[in-house]
Amino acid sequence: MAERGARDTGVRRVGSALSGWLERHLQTLVASLGRLARAPFGTALTIGVIGVALALPTGLELLVVNARVVATGWQNALDLTVYLKPQLAEHDGAQLAERIGARGDVASARLVSAAEGLAEFRRWSGLGAALEALKDNPLPAAIVVEPRVVQGAGDAATVTSLAAALRALPGVDQVQLDTEWVRRFTTILDAVRRTVGLVAALLGLAVLLIVGNTIRLDIDARRVEIEVTKLVGGSDSFVRRPFLYGGFWYGLGGGISAWLLVEGFVLILTGPIGRVAAAYGSGFEVHGPDLETTMLLLGSSGALGWLGAFVSATRHLRAIEPGNDA
Amino acid sequence: MIRFERVVKRYPSGREALADLSLEVATGEMVFLTGRSGAGKSTALKLLGLIERPTRGQIVVAGQNLSAIRRRGVPAYRRQIGMVFQDHKLLHDRPVWDNVALPLVIAGTPRREIDRRVRAALDQVGLLGRELGLPVELSTGEQQRVGIARAVVAKPPLLIADEPTGNLDPDLALEVMRLFRRFNEVGVTVVVASHDLHLIEKLGARCIALADGRLAGAADG
Repeated sequence: MAERGARDTGVRRVGSALSGWLERHLQTLVASLGRLARAPFGTALTIGVIGVALALPTGLELLVVNARVVATGWQNALDLTVYLKPQLAEHDGAQLAERIGARGDVASARLVSAAEGLAEFRRWSGLGAALEALKDNPLPAAIVVEPRVVQGAGDAATVTSLAAALRALPGVDQVQLDTEWVRRFTTILDAVRRTVGLVAALLGLAVLLIVGNTIRLDIDARRVEIEVTKLVGGSDSFVRRPFLYGGFWYGLGGGISAWLLVEGFVLILTGPIGRVAAAYGSGFEVHGPDLETTMLLLGSSGALGWLGAFVSATRHLRAIEPGNDA
Repeated sequence: MIRFERVVKRYPSGREALADLSLEVATGEMVFLTGRSGAGKSTALKLLGLIERPTRGQIVVAGQNLSAIRRRGVPAYRRQIGMVFQDHKLLHDRPVWDNVALPLVIAGTPRREIDRRVRAALDQVGLLGRELGLPVELSTGEQQRVGIARAVVAKPPLLIADEPTGNLDPDLALEVMRLFRRFNEVGVTVVVASHDLHLIEKLGARCIALADGRLAGAADG
């Protein structure tokens, strides 16, 4: 019984120490916010600069994400063109088309005979006169194959293996994958995305420097207060704490303004891009930052601000000692 | 409580503020450091507060050798002593309450306890009810008393004051000195640097006279 009582008071003591610690930190957190609010113009400037710096990589990332959505839309409507050997009889071609159409991974297969192909080519190439000069039809018969793509899993790999299977069929001359350029496009997107990563790293560094410099100025402005605090026994970490929270607020504020900027762009662009998409018969809509991106943006901006303040405050607070002015 | 052993302090400018100073102050004692300006009083107090470090010699305070206290240990050491300055060193943009509470906030004292002790300290210096005022709204004498309240609020065993009455008229000065006397009566060791011999005579405490950074001869007052 007595033992449990001792343990209880022990737990309570730890609990109250913890809540005291929490209370002190919360107090500093709120106090540093209040301090920023008392200098609204300077604070807004700093936050605005950070916001612009962070909006750039966020916007580029959104561009990549949206381009990807577009590319995925294309990928879902992939067709394979199977060119048949010229010597293959039209009747065999039709049989082959039927066989391909019966496959599980094929949605439809349509035979385009050499004559049909030529007619179609003549129609949209505008080379009618030149084609008249040809003695023979240079085009082979072809089967246009629409792969059966499981929604969401419509990646190039499935289509590529289908193409390989079709290529092995007798009577098939070659298989042309219309996905090829889509794949190239995604590769380019990946390169762009990597560039976005580099830009983000560079601008993250810029945020560190901006916050670091702002905190240095804040420290200069509060020199007397820091000296007095150190005189009455304030430790380095105690003196540093409000500046760290200040840096955190700068960063978070910058993150929020970056988010607002990007959302603003999306709002402005949604109309025009939607009209372009509609003109091309696509239901594409511009995607704004999703929850994950938003969280990442706000979290990293707060962390960057804190880190910038940490580096700057640790460096500059050391130099302020009560005796130095004597 | 305090022991200076052959302490030498030479500033980077080359000025020798203390030259081979040895002295002792017992626990619970009240001592005046006297001497003309430049005699080394302020330097001796700065060494006590670890605001400056001695060039040579040792200082022991409450059993701790100050030369063994590294930079990181300075704040914890300073929390054991109350310091009063001639120019008060108050935060002018913060109310009296915040100024007095600062040492307790640093020490992580619970909020309710802080409030109780800040009021007690302000009561002792006769400024209860002025918590919300800003230092600029107070007279010089009152500002000095806020400084004293801040120095004693954490109940340090040692109180040091550098010319605390330097800017005060004689009546106020005597009042401030009596305040130190009262803290001494409840067991606090008090060291006050002052050049005002007139005032010191009225209080009756040991005087340590300094001249050119040396002991000029200790006398009982």
